Amino acid sequence: MTGLPSVSGPALHLRDIGKAFGQTRVLEGIDLAVGQGEFIALVGPSGCGKSTLLRIAAGLEPPDRGEVLLHGRDVTAVRAADRDMAMVFQSYALYPHLTTRQNMGLPLVMRRLSALERLPLATLRPGVRAKLAAIRSEVESAAAMLKITPLLDRKPAQMSGGQRQRVALGRALVRHPQAFLMDEPLSNLDAALRVHMRSEIVDLHRRAGVITLYVTHDQEEALGMADRIAVMLGGRILQVASPDEIYRNPSHVEVASFIGSPRINLLPAVIDADGHASIGPHPLADRIAAPVGANLRLGIRPEHLHLAPDAGPWRLPATVDRIEFLGAEALVHCRAPGVPDPLIARMAPPAAERLRGLGTVFAQADDRALLVFDLQGQRVARHPLAAAALAHAG
Amino acid sequence: MTRLLRLLVLSLGAAVVLFPFLFMLSTSFKPQAEVFSAGLSLIPSHFAGWENYAKAFTRIPMARILLNGVVVCLAIVGFQLVFALPAAYALAKLRFPGRDLLFGLVLLGLLVPIHAISIPLYAAARALGLLNTLAVLIVPFTLSVFAIFLFRQFIKAIPDDLILAARSDGLSEAAIVWRIILPNAWSAASAFAIFSVVAHWNDLYWPLIAISKTQLATPPLGLLFFRAAEAGDDYGALMAATVIITAPLILFFLFAQRLFIEGMTMTGLKG
Repeated sequence: MTGLPSVSGPALHLRDIGKAFGQTRVLEGIDLAVGQGEFIALVGPSGCGKSTLLRIAAGLEPPDRGEVLLHGRDVTAVRAADRDMAMVFQSYALYPHLTTRQNMGLPLVMRRLSALERLPLATLRPGVRAKLAAIRSEVESAAAMLKITPLLDRKPAQMSGGQRQRVALGRALVRHPQAFLMDEPLSNLDAALRVHMRSEIVDLHRRAGVITLYVTHDQEEALGMADRIAVMLGGRILQVASPDEIYRNPSHVEVASFIGSPRINLLPAVIDADGHASIGPHPLADRIAAPVGANLRLGIRPEHLHLAPDAGPWRLPATVDRIEFLGAEALVHCRAPGVPDPLIARMAPPAAERLRGLGTVFAQADDRALLVFDLQGQRVARHPLAAAALAHAG
Repeated sequence: MTRLLRLLVLSLGAAVVLFPFLFMLSTSFKPQAEVFSAGLSLIPSHFAGWENYAKAFTRIPMARILLNGVVVCLAIVGFQLVFALPAAYALAKLRFPGRDLLFGLVLLGLLVPIHAISIPLYAAARALGLLNTLAVLIVPFTLSVFAIFLFRQFIKAIPDDLILAARSDGLSEAAIVWRIILPNAWSAASAFAIFSVVAHWNDLYWPLIAISKTQLATPPLGLLFFRAAEAGDDYGALMAATVIITAPLILFFLFAQRLFIEGMTMTGLKG
């Protein structure tokens, strides 16, 4: 929307960012390159540093090291007001003493009018009047876009949470900034409204066509909204990839367990003498690039864990705890000896019904979707099928 | 029953507080002879209000004295706000080295009464040639540590997000103070204004030290001059003068109290 210089390379680059508060290191070695118009979700548990990273991008918090590049220009030392990025806060942070119209107009007034022109009597001058009229009409068109026109003359105290959230979005939108920076903007809303606002924000992003950095602790929001997700933990970015890639191909066990609901099943396994990953006497997978005796964790998404009534190769005996009916699907909770956490399998309700009353079921992983991690949490490769076949032949 | 009791106790309290004012008002209407008559009667038998009030206005430059009071009080409260709000904002919301030490000094300042520093202040005023000017009545009070302390506590309660939002919306720190903090600290500011105006309107101590000209007197000092000029026995006229200088304060309080109650709330943030 704004006339941007066409520069090759990322539109926004957070390079080698480090930040500590006193003795606590909040961010370390962060490197995140954002393409023009990209929607990036920064996701992670609370305290992982994602909000701090957002504030560094906004210029509201100086990094201890590293730089922020906007279209190739180093803006690390540029103050927030001059960075042309609009922030949306979890608490909305609307000015309580101003109406919606004034809340949305303030950033434009501060940008377009000089200090002299902002003095009370200066508004009588025709030049200033024209500027104010332009601001007024821009505020009104942004309000129309967000369907908050009826709220224009209300103060924040007279609006509901969802309405305030829209006004906060409007205040960001009206500026036509180079980037939207959103810090958990939906987490104060109730569940139904949250789901609705997700699509509104995605829609807004698509229409404005500018970079959006979106901080959330809700992995579902991240998966549903973002072009790419950056998973953060302990002040580091563990992986940056598309939602599909993050979900199917996590680089680290923490990424695998943070993304996806219910959580991925993690089964402690050992490579036995045959080269199979086994839990106790039960082999579950082969073709793993790890030496005999290696301790591993097998990650199996609930939808990739199949429960059969009868025993067989690559199957692990388990007992059904309970069946959780969720409408379109059912979750079967079961326990297996040698696995500390309960296993959860996602399946169609009729299939789950058939397991009811069975004492023992047999769990099997979908081999193509099996994820293997070492004890440090790193992914362990699996040999391709062909190579494995050759190895067996040899 | 409890309602009645409450009403009774409150009325009694109000009567105790208001009676001296009523007595003052009554005396200001009485002729000299009646003031000293035995017995307590609130209604003057002979109305001498005109003479008493005329004396109060003519024997001393009453209008000028009232104007002095207004100028001094407004200037003091204005400067106090101009200096204290940014200082309080910095102490509450900005991170800089030495902040806690500075706040400690502010707290220390709260412990020092004007009487303890009046001699150095007088010496300084004399050296600067400010004695017997209106400026000397204003300057020593432009920096109020009490105001800094009060506003700092109030501003601390304003969410950080609001200030971050303002910064990213393009407001300078000064604009944040005047456009965001002041409107949201309005109730604290008007409460402080009441304290400040009452204290300085009624102050006799410092004007008595620094001012010797009737033309520059503030209301309480003017009253003192009036009493001295009248040899201190014309109580009817003295009470009339007292009524005149008390009235603006009462009116101001009634007006500011309404503002005080209207004080804004911080409901723009969260539920």
